[in-house]
Amino acid sequence: MRTTREPTVIARRRRWSLGLFELWRHRELVWFLAVRDVKVRYKQTVFGVGWAVLQPALGMAVFALVIGRLAGLDHTTGSVPYPLYAFVALLPWQLFARGLTEGSTSLITNRNLITKVYFPRAAIPLAPVAAAVIDFACAFGVLVPAMLLMGVQPGGSLLLVPVALAGACAVAAAVSLCLSAVVTVLKDVRHTLPLVSQLWLFLSPVAYPAVIVPERWHAVYGLNPMAGVIELFRWAVFADAPPSFPIVASSAIVTVLALGGGLLLFHRLEPRFADTV
Amino acid sequence: MSVSGTAIRAEALSKEFHLGSGGPGGLRDVLRAAARWPLDRLTGRPRTAPRTIAALRDVSFEVQEGEVVGIVGRNGAGKSTLLKVLTRIVEPTCGSATVFGRVGSLLEVGTGFHPELTGRENVFLNGAILGMSRAEVARKFDEIVAFAGVAEFLDTQVKFYSSGMYLRLAFAVAAHLEPEILLVDEVLAVGDLEFQRKCLKKMDDVSRGGRTILFVSHHMNAIRSLCTRVLWLDAGTVRLQGPTHEVLGAYEAALLHPVASPSASTGFVSWHIEGADGTTHHSVRAPLEPVRFVFRLCTEEAVARPILTLALTDDQGLIVWGCDPALPALGAGSTDVVVAVPALPLRPGAYRWRAKLFSDRELVEDWDGVPPLVMAVPALAHSREAYAGILNVPCEVEVQQAGSSSGASEPR
Repeated sequence: MRTTREPTVIARRRRWSLGLFELWRHRELVWFLAVRDVKVRYKQTVFGVGWAVLQPALGMAVFALVIGRLAGLDHTTGSVPYPLYAFVALLPWQLFARGLTEGSTSLITNRNLITKVYFPRAAIPLAPVAAAVIDFACAFGVLVPAMLLMGVQPGGSLLLVPVALAGACAVAAAVSLCLSAVVTVLKDVRHTLPLVSQLWLFLSPVAYPAVIVPERWHAVYGLNPMAGVIELFRWAVFADAPPSFPIVASSAIVTVLALGGGLLLFHRLEPRFADTV
Repeated sequence: MSVSGTAIRAEALSKEFHLGSGGPGGLRDVLRAAARWPLDRLTGRPRTAPRTIAALRDVSFEVQEGEVVGIVGRNGAGKSTLLKVLTRIVEPTCGSATVFGRVGSLLEVGTGFHPELTGRENVFLNGAILGMSRAEVARKFDEIVAFAGVAEFLDTQVKFYSSGMYLRLAFAVAAHLEPEILLVDEVLAVGDLEFQRKCLKKMDDVSRGGRTILFVSHHMNAIRSLCTRVLWLDAGTVRLQGPTHEVLGAYEAALLHPVASPSASTGFVSWHIEGADGTTHHSVRAPLEPVRFVFRLCTEEAVARPILTLALTDDQGLIVWGCDPALPALGAGSTDVVVAVPALPLRPGAYRWRAKLFSDRELVEDWDGVPPLVMAVPALAHSREAYAGILNVPCEVEVQQAGSSSGASEPR
């Protein structure tokens, strides 16, 4: 029996490590925190989890009116009605935006956990991303019937949805990990986030198709990892023209680098959280 | 080294904290530091070293499996930091500790409880935060609920709970973590009496189960009754470790004669009871007879307008009796203050003196009297323990029914 007790060594941590093994052992915690976020958010609201659909729907309405009509972009979306086109892009976008806004402040809002109990801290910024996936699933469940109603047939490329979703999660997680860690040291960053989020939205092909960007700039445009994710997702849902390869390729590279960098940065700053939050 | 069940091995643990915000607090500080860095490099000026304080210095100790070890020390001696290092909330600056098995702590009961969630939801969430798997919580769920005694409110949001219920549920989850090593910090300070008893019993069960406990408390009686060994921390270092009575004896003696106290030479030295036959002792054997307490003071210089405040407290800290006589001016030297009472009708048990000496309204010394006053007396009234109260006086019960002249009297 004595031999089954595994020793844990408590000492200063190694600098180059990602702490993934420990995080994996606490995956249930990420899930519980995500469920908590979702439950608490929709408790005592009239529409409840309906907000998961309403939020992108309202965003869609705004885009359809302002950008579609006024800016005259609604003829650039091919055979797909512009509102639907925008709604589909809003699903991965909102997932990402939640990682950006809620993830980045998560360590601060969960200060009481950090200063009192040990677990891999990465569970905290990852939970809002997982919660956003739950919202995403609800909205997606509404999207497919809505498409059929509007006479748009989803193609067999729906199989690519999980790939695009994984991409969106990776980008959201990377941003959430990075910013949450940085915010504990540089509280200023918090106040720039609403602006950053808006700017990022217009740099991503949410309200417009990426084809309006000149082709020679695609590789640069793809440096915004959400560009590739949204293009991929839209293609997976509509099965129209495949997305531009340079966009998806450079987005994929940036995503992998950002996620690795985010984990590394987070792990480096992690021991100081209890002192700095 | 043999594998004879070491539970915790700490080797030269040290922890330093940065004074101030614990690092650059805002963008401005970072920018300023960044701007100055090349300049400092050129001029060869060392970067301003941040001021640090060492909360733990070179702390080494070993705890065997199944031991219950108490940790004592003044406030700020590093007790809580040590527990935080062992629970991995803070990382040691240098040195290392090895813990064998799962570490549970009652450092902060109820962490992660969310007021909007129901009792049931919080049990699972809190369990996960403390490191339990969902299956494990599910298995112990009924036991946790029974322990907390909140069965009918399980599906109520905890924001509607009374603070007692909230605390009981929170403690129940933490208590059922079943760690191999349990760290407890002053848990006895919270909760009602019955709940405290439950906590102590749970700790006892845990230690009986062959598991290891580190127990931080200022409650010397609790440490005496629970711990086999004591670690005394002083200013971040281990001052003494060993068997409970040895370390506590030295610790209490040090509290009594604080080395660094500015008025160390003025204050209380001891107290005793002066028996009728001239003997001195510390226990009362007859609750309804006069008692003479003698408090010995040592004053290095004369004390003008001294006031003595005395309080006798029970083991819960409740003041059961007190007085604050003004004394005549004291000269330098040793003084005995005799306080005589006609009777001391208190329930059996241990009580403690707490005395303060004021000179011209300024506190000269605040003294926790040792040893305790023991009421070695029989309980004079027959009563179930729950109704016993503080006073220990006999009573006569007489039943007088209207229309009946015979008063049946029965001493109870």
